[in-house]
Amino acid sequence: MRDLLTVLVLALSSGAIYALAASGLVVTYTTSGIFNFAHGAIAMFAAFMYWQLRSGDAWHLPAPVALLLVLGVFAPALGYAIDRLIMRRLHDASPITRIVVPIGLLVALIQLASVIWPPDRVNATLHLFFEKPKGSASNASATTLSIGGVHLTYHQVIVFVVALVVALALRLFLYRTRTGIAMRAVVDNRDLAALNGADADRVSSMSWALGSMLAALAGILIAPILALDQVQLTLLVINAYAVAMVGKLRSLPLTVVGALILGLAIESTKKYGNHLPHAFNWITVDTVPVLMLFIVLLVVPQDRESLIGAARDRTRVPMPTVAHAVLAGAGLVAAAVIVPSFVHGNALGSVGYGLALAIVALSLVPLIGFAGQISLAQLGFAGVGAVVMFKVGADGNPLALLAVIVVCAAVGALVALPVLRLRGLYLALATMAFALFLEKAVFTRFDKFKDGDGAIGRIRLPGLSLRSDRANLVVMAFVFAVIGVGVAELRRGPFGRRLQAMKDSPAACTTLGLDLTRTKLQIFALSSAIAGLGGALLGGWRGKAGPEQFSLLQGALPGLPLVLLAVVGGITAVAGALLGGLLLALMPLVGDAVPTIRNLMTVAPGLAGISLARNPSGAVAQMSDNVRALLFRRRRDDDSGADGEEPPDDLRARLVPELVGVGGPASAAELRALDDELGLSWGRCDGDPADQ
Amino acid sequence: MTPIEAAPVLELRDVRAAYGRIEVLHGISLQVPAGKVVALLGPNGAGKTTALKVATGQHPATAGHVHVGGRHVNGCRPDALARLGVCTIPEGRGIFRNLTVRENLRMATYGGTSESVVLDRAFHRFPRLGDRRNQLAGTLSGGEQQMLAVARGLAVDPALLLIDELSMGLAPLIVAELYELVAAIAAEGVSVLVVEQFARTVLGVADLAVVMQHGNVVASGVPSDLQAELSAAYFGASA
Ligand SMILES: Nc1ncnc2c1ncn2[C@@H]1O[C@H](COP(=O)(O)OP(=O)(O)O)[C@@H](O)[C@H]1O
Ligand SMILES: [Mg+2]
Repeated sequence: MRDLLTVLVLALSSGAIYALAASGLVVTYTTSGIFNFAHGAIAMFAAFMYWQLRSGDAWHLPAPVALLLVLGVFAPALGYAIDRLIMRRLHDASPITRIVVPIGLLVALIQLASVIWPPDRVNATLHLFFEKPKGSASNASATTLSIGGVHLTYHQVIVFVVALVVALALRLFLYRTRTGIAMRAVVDNRDLAALNGADADRVSSMSWALGSMLAALAGILIAPILALDQVQLTLLVINAYAVAMVGKLRSLPLTVVGALILGLAIESTKKYGNHLPHAFNWITVDTVPVLMLFIVLLVVPQDRESLIGAARDRTRVPMPTVAHAVLAGAGLVAAAVIVPSFVHGNALGSVGYGLALAIVALSLVPLIGFAGQISLAQLGFAGVGAVVMFKVGADGNPLALLAVIVVCAAVGALVALPVLRLRGLYLALATMAFALFLEKAVFTRFDKFKDGDGAIGRIRLPGLSLRSDRANLVVMAFVFAVIGVGVAELRRGPFGRRLQAMKDSPAACTTLGLDLTRTKLQIFALSSAIAGLGGALLGGWRGKAGPEQFSLLQGALPGLPLVLLAVVGGITAVAGALLGGLLLALMPLVGDAVPTIRNLMTVAPGLAGISLARNPSGAVAQMSDNVRALLFRRRRDDDSGADGEEPPDDLRARLVPELVGVGGPASAAELRALDDELGLSWGRCDGDPADQ
Repeated sequence: MTPIEAAPVLELRDVRAAYGRIEVLHGISLQVPAGKVVALLGPNGAGKTTALKVATGQHPATAGHVHVGGRHVNGCRPDALARLGVCTIPEGRGIFRNLTVRENLRMATYGGTSESVVLDRAFHRFPRLGDRRNQLAGTLSGGEQQMLAVARGLAVDPALLLIDELSMGLAPLIVAELYELVAAIAAEGVSVLVVEQFARTVLGVADLAVVMQHGNVVASGVPSDLQAELSAAYFGASA
């Protein structure tokens, strides 16, 4: 009985933290329509900022001043800047861009924080509020109080009270003040809000400032309880995703309910977890939030507004000819033969690592690029591949690759099965939950592998030595090339057209009688098989592997940045995947070579992700467009036609239909940006000076 | 055309507009004289909505001039124009579906009218909305939703009221009722531009009519004189 009471009281207080963290998420989502993946990172950054201002090891300001500066100045300014510089561009962006750009921000903030406060040099810790400084003679009752026999720290009480006040104040603000109503109106119908006279841009900046303030508050209150650590703190707030999802990201009261459920689940797992039967030992404090997120996503109906309101994906899907694709593949293999002659040691290690990651990134091309299905779990699937290889193919038996393909395809389909009806953000979150689950409950079950020491041999063929670096690199290049050609071919065939149809209009597919269930299962299976192959080869290249190589955020080359860079490279193109994988592995190398830009290189993946807000089609598409535009300009000069002449018909036919999205109204600024990007802005008559 | 005494409240002069590289308005001119109701007519795709969007600042003109109340407003933002007294009821349902009736009306107060006045006027005219003031607007019937949209035009007492296809998807009886209301608003001295596909809908209300086709103004004048041009526009004979 006493135990139960303790659990209840503790659940209330940890639930309060989650409620606080999640309410900020709800505010930015309801008012901007963008799910702020970076919410946790903002919380983390603000907590570090508070440490910087407050700590005796740093600037040592009094607590009220430090609080005021962080909550009243820094956090709102950060939120405002994020909206002005980044999120504002996302109003009519494709669903993928709307998800990837905030993830870019998350990664950038984590990296930036570890550049400013390097974990190996700055030993940052925050104390509980009203905790007596260490060493002073104080009895426990000075910092704790007892409620019904349960001891609580003042900090826990403060958290609870703050959460309560914030919840009530938010409710009043959003439903009783005109600014609050305008925030909700802007999400509902931005154009109409403007026609009513509300300055939609200002309203959404304010909501980001508010959301960022709430994140900061949560961060400062959580950090003393947990640890002031870049990744851990960010991940903890990710737990709030599950909580916010209970209220479908919209309802604050339901969010509070969700927070209490999570608090209860976590506290009772803490208390009774080791009494669970052996078969359930994967239910731990670490996995409970992830499981809850997964379950909530499955149970809660999807927010239809968010799906219908989303703009069509206008990214172009390049269609290289077979000859081009094969030629490019052969080029890659040739490069793999040559490169080891010039590149050695660490650098060569990174090149191989990058190539293996490129194969994992390649698995995203059919999934995200063609089918429009977002998955953040690809590196997790790669980890499954590595585990299979570790278990059955540690000696490099090529047949083990078959097992990798079969197991990963099965796991992929198995994951796809429950999430079949999920799309967009919901799918992204579900796959993210799955990746975290793999990381916390699956990869840790294999001895040696869990310590990062799972030996994996390189592929060998009977009578053929493929174990040298060069041979192994060629093997990976060959695998990439073959899959790459296959993927490009796939896009041309009937299956590719089905994928495209699924991406363009799932509703239309259903009315036409296309069976999306099968298509979706197939594409998930295919994609995770590719990722698994990449993981197995990655393990072989390194010689050993562990959870470190296949985690979402932790480790040197984690999963979220990989997705980012693949999308930055150009998620619809095979070459984009190659670029993405290599970039991720090689950027730290550049930083090592040129120390002055090392910090920049650390933050680069995140910044690159953010840059997608400007150019959603990715680097490869951008480059080929620029080349095309250049060729076109030259041709036009040759034609000696008058300036402002229409482009020749064949070129227009290729460019224009992709340019003007037929799905929804395109803003003038957007169309202009596209025209500029394509070098088609000549001869335009600018009638709108305010828009410049 | 009827002679115009004062400066027109809205004037488009040789306005061109494009979506990307595709021009959809090829230099149109039209005027809404003070205190008059002008109907902008034309078949689907003629460019009526685009013309309205140019007038409200939602879409840039690539050439030509837009004047509101004698002022040159090319490049003005839509929210700035709205606060100056241009009230626009856009195509489709011009309401916030996830806000209650009352919150919808509260959004109308950005023009400067106080909340109590807005609510009074709206609920006086539409007692039915008053009964449902705390209901989500998205759960109202189609007719009630459009009533709510029109109530905004009525409540804020604008200088210029722009309405795009009020009749879309509504029963004729409700449309007639709504247009009676527009006439009442106009009777209070508000200048109105109504966009419709079919002349019949607005014949009783409009003082003047402008017919558009393929992004050009093909006729303008008193509605009853325009039957010939209208049928030409709809049935494809070149005007
Ligand atoms: N967002 C858009 N992008 C591209 N073309 C558009 C867009 N909106 C309208 N158009 C085109 O502009 C022309 C005029 O459309 P619109 O002004 O909506 O006509 P109306 O309101 O008279 O039916 C049509 O040919 C239409 O296809
Ligand atoms: Mg229209």
